[in-house]
Amino acid sequence: MDEIFGIPAPLLFGQLLLGLINGAFYAMLSLGLAVIFGLLNIVNLAHGALFMMGAFVAWMLLNYAGLGYWWAMLLSPVIVGLFGMALEKLFISRLYKLDHLYGLLLTFGLALVIEGVFRNYYGSSGLPYRIPDQLQGAWDLGFMFMPVYRGWVVIAALIFCLTTWLVIEKTRLGAYLRAATENAPLVQAFGVNVPRMVTLTYGGGVALAALAGVLAAPIYSVNPQMGTNLIIVVFAVVVIGGMGSILGAVLTGFTLGVVEGLTKVFWPEASATVIFVIMAIVLLARPAGLFGRA
Amino acid sequence: MSPDTSLTTATPGAALGRPAASRPDELGLWGFTRAQLGALAVLIVFLVVAPFWLYPVFLMKLLCFALFASAFNLLIGYVGLLSFGHAAYFGMGGYLAGHAAKVWGLPPELSILTGAAVAGGLGAVFGWLAIRRSGIYFAMITLALAQMVYFFCVQAPFTGGEDGIQQIPRGTLLGFIGLQDDMAMYWFVAAIFLAGFLLIHRIVHSPFGQVIKAIRENEPRTTSLGYRTDDYKLVTFILSATLAGVAGGTKSLVFGIATLTDVHWAMSGEVVLMTLVGGLGTVFGPLVGAAVIVTMQNYLAEMGAWVTVIQGAIFVACVLAFRRGIVGEIGNLLRVKL
Amino acid sequence: MTGVARRDLLGAAGLAAAASALPGRRARAQARTTIRIGVLTDMSGPYRDATGPGSVVCTQQAAAEFSGRGFNIEVISADHQNKPDVGSNLARQWFDQGVDAIVDIPTSSVALSIAAIAREKNKVFLNSGAATSDLTGAQCSPNTIHWTYDTYMLAKGTGGAITRAGGDTWFFITADYAFGHALERDTANFVRAAGGQVLGAVRYPFPQTTDFSAFVLQAQASRAKVLGMANASTDTVNTIKAAREFGLHRNMRFAALLMGVIDIHALGLELGQGLLLTESFYWDLNDRTRAFTARIRPNNQNRPPAMVPAGCYGATLHYLKAVADMGAERAKASGVEVVQRMKAMPCDDDAFGPGRIREDGRKLHPAYLFQVKTPQESSGTWDYYKVVATTPGEEAFRPLNEGGCAFIRS
Repeated sequence: MDEIFGIPAPLLFGQLLLGLINGAFYAMLSLGLAVIFGLLNIVNLAHGALFMMGAFVAWMLLNYAGLGYWWAMLLSPVIVGLFGMALEKLFISRLYKLDHLYGLLLTFGLALVIEGVFRNYYGSSGLPYRIPDQLQGAWDLGFMFMPVYRGWVVIAALIFCLTTWLVIEKTRLGAYLRAATENAPLVQAFGVNVPRMVTLTYGGGVALAALAGVLAAPIYSVNPQMGTNLIIVVFAVVVIGGMGSILGAVLTGFTLGVVEGLTKVFWPEASATVIFVIMAIVLLARPAGLFGRA
Repeated sequence: MSPDTSLTTATPGAALGRPAASRPDELGLWGFTRAQLGALAVLIVFLVVAPFWLYPVFLMKLLCFALFASAFNLLIGYVGLLSFGHAAYFGMGGYLAGHAAKVWGLPPELSILTGAAVAGGLGAVFGWLAIRRSGIYFAMITLALAQMVYFFCVQAPFTGGEDGIQQIPRGTLLGFIGLQDDMAMYWFVAAIFLAGFLLIHRIVHSPFGQVIKAIRENEPRTTSLGYRTDDYKLVTFILSATLAGVAGGTKSLVFGIATLTDVHWAMSGEVVLMTLVGGLGTVFGPLVGAAVIVTMQNYLAEMGAWVTVIQGAIFVACVLAFRRGIVGEIGNLLRVKL
Repeated sequence: MTGVARRDLLGAAGLAAAASALPGRRARAQARTTIRIGVLTDMSGPYRDATGPGSVVCTQQAAAEFSGRGFNIEVISADHQNKPDVGSNLARQWFDQGVDAIVDIPTSSVALSIAAIAREKNKVFLNSGAATSDLTGAQCSPNTIHWTYDTYMLAKGTGGAITRAGGDTWFFITADYAFGHALERDTANFVRAAGGQVLGAVRYPFPQTTDFSAFVLQAQASRAKVLGMANASTDTVNTIKAAREFGLHRNMRFAALLMGVIDIHALGLELGQGLLLTESFYWDLNDRTRAFTARIRPNNQNRPPAMVPAGCYGATLHYLKAVADMGAERAKASGVEVVQRMKAMPCDDDAFGPGRIREDGRKLHPAYLFQVKTPQESSGTWDYYKVVATTPGEEAFRPLNEGGCAFIRS
């Protein structure tokens, strides 16, 4: 019965697939962090809190407005994104000329406030959220029993990540964005409203976190601390990937999800630590991260 | 509040917590300026008088956190490195000191030294990894490593899991001073604090301290002057971790407990908050900041769930409007360096 | 009712003003003695919903029901923020400022440290919220009463009863830390004692796990009849969500080793249905619990009390009875004496019914194995449980001689 080596192949495939699903969340969150970091040079410690907000807004839409999952998928990122833009305008924008560490401290404070407020009004034990009817049930893949919703998570995450990548790499807006990352004053001199673009970028990164939150709501407990648990792992993912490239963030996210999934089969006790161990190794070999620019 | 121009600088590598001095240092006794000597006198008078009108256990807690914040400040205020994982050293110092005192039956001074040594060793390994990057990467790496320590502490048998190590004996100092009495313990803690505090001050004002401040101001230039900056950073990191371990070990003896709270990342956040509120890169700032935050936690306990919200709000307010912190602002007002 | 509330507020404000001030400042001379009860609980952390404000309301209720017996009762409350140092600092100050008993204290680390302080200061510690059976075992104290539940009771109530009911092969998903290990070990012992078999266990890293699907799949592969979840709160909810998603409910029964009515509320009946769990209090158990619930609801955001707050009520009420019995002045003088009196008097309250307190401080009352109703069976919000089995009070807890409590042997 013990599972050290003689793992049946179906179980292994199953775990690989599950790893991919977790990787989808890592990818979406580290992508948002990377986008924000790229342009704003801010490590958004509030990212976990905003991920949590995404899930909560989905719950609120259902319970206060009667709007279901698909509406939440559309509205929750918009609402949280707007909230993020307000945060950027009110607080974060005042720090751009300062050391980056102040941005980290500020967003840490914001995360504490947001989580505290939600805990105060909605308690700590969590709220129920159903899997939408269209995505109920499961496929029998032969080697495992695959819930439809999990499949949807991977597909949706891939779509969102790809879209973000396309927007940044292939559109005019993305070109401005990349240019502003390199040299903001020059781009401003060409008549591009850089501050507005920065606000929009922050909103966009936050909206990605909120989307991940909506995706998570039906399968994880919706509670105020749901983001905190995830975000520290995502930080490690970001350090491993390096924040140089968008694609790097996505690839690292998925890969580490799979690595973690495999660890859960061979040595479950170590599955939380494995990412940090990889991080230490990568730091020794490539301090800038796998995809980062030194 | 209008943007604070003295800290507003667009040069890369501009330092966090550059002291708000506007007059050259007038060197007095032991490298203290005259204003600092005044403040030190106030501090010593406070240490002597306070236990007679404030609650001694509360004061000891405050001093432990003040030492912890001062150790943290050594890294952020003088090298400009923000460690977001200092709870690891504080907490491990506490666990080891507690274990040494309870299971090995070591006297208090050796227990604390054990805690400090382990914290220092941990700091050496983590520092060696973390100083490969700077800025926010450094913060994230220290956070992630500290999180590993947390996992270790949750699972390791000697930490007692979520029960923690309970009923740690305070023991007998040097074999003849019983520390059961709160006042006796208080003088012991006050002495440790003062020693740590003066040591940090000494480090900062030594030639070594001049080099680390130079690294904060401009690392490439310091390198070009022939200093091996990584070595300096690492040594400071180890010193900071060791002193954090002393603070943690002392705290676990004061309360007789060592628990997961002290290794949790929220504790790392708290020490950043203390230093920020008091004033980054000021000698007395961490002390004042620790006093404010510890007192607040005590008073806010009756406020229930709003504690974290208020702490967060203070964070935001400090970053936006009072980046110099309380002591920094006072120093700026009086035009002295504190 | 409002009068009580206002007095409590004033009390809290007064103490807040005096906090960290002079040790040993005496209360102003009063015509009647005042018994001060401090509720130290989790207002801002993960246990807030299961304890927190509910515990305060239930303690106040006990005080209100007992007012007018020749002494004043003052209830104050504070948030220990799940930090043992904050908790023990507050407890010391409270005790020094004339608080006679501290109630609740979820989080084992805080509870154990405050038990030591209560003993040192010779006050009374009425624990309801902490799970560790060490409070009446290795770290027992003549000043402690452990009222509501402990890990041993949970393991026995769930493990033994389910195995006897035919769920004789188990697989555990266990949080990899002392609490999870203890729950798994104790439950496995009861499973084996009842003739069952443990087919396997998987230990996941705590607290950094949000996705349980990998562990759920391993449980499925074991073909056990019962899935035992040796974890708590959010982790249990996430485990159940994943287990249902992967269809484990078709051929496995789910046993949550530590779960409360609040968690079921969070989970929803659709996911929670069929779940087996042990508690010592449920609001809809009998006429007396329903009457008690009717008194609490108006002050508790119209929610019925959960198990831990109900324990705060029962413990406080019994404490006040003992105080009235021996006289408030004497009760203030010695915590040990009050606790001895509490142990000597039979207990009876609306929440837990008749019972007694054992020499080691363990309150004995029945433990109930509940099954969560299906959405069809439930008549509405909060109608969640049906009783499957009852373990009598004398059998529900760890036998006196197995606890290793020091002052019992002597």
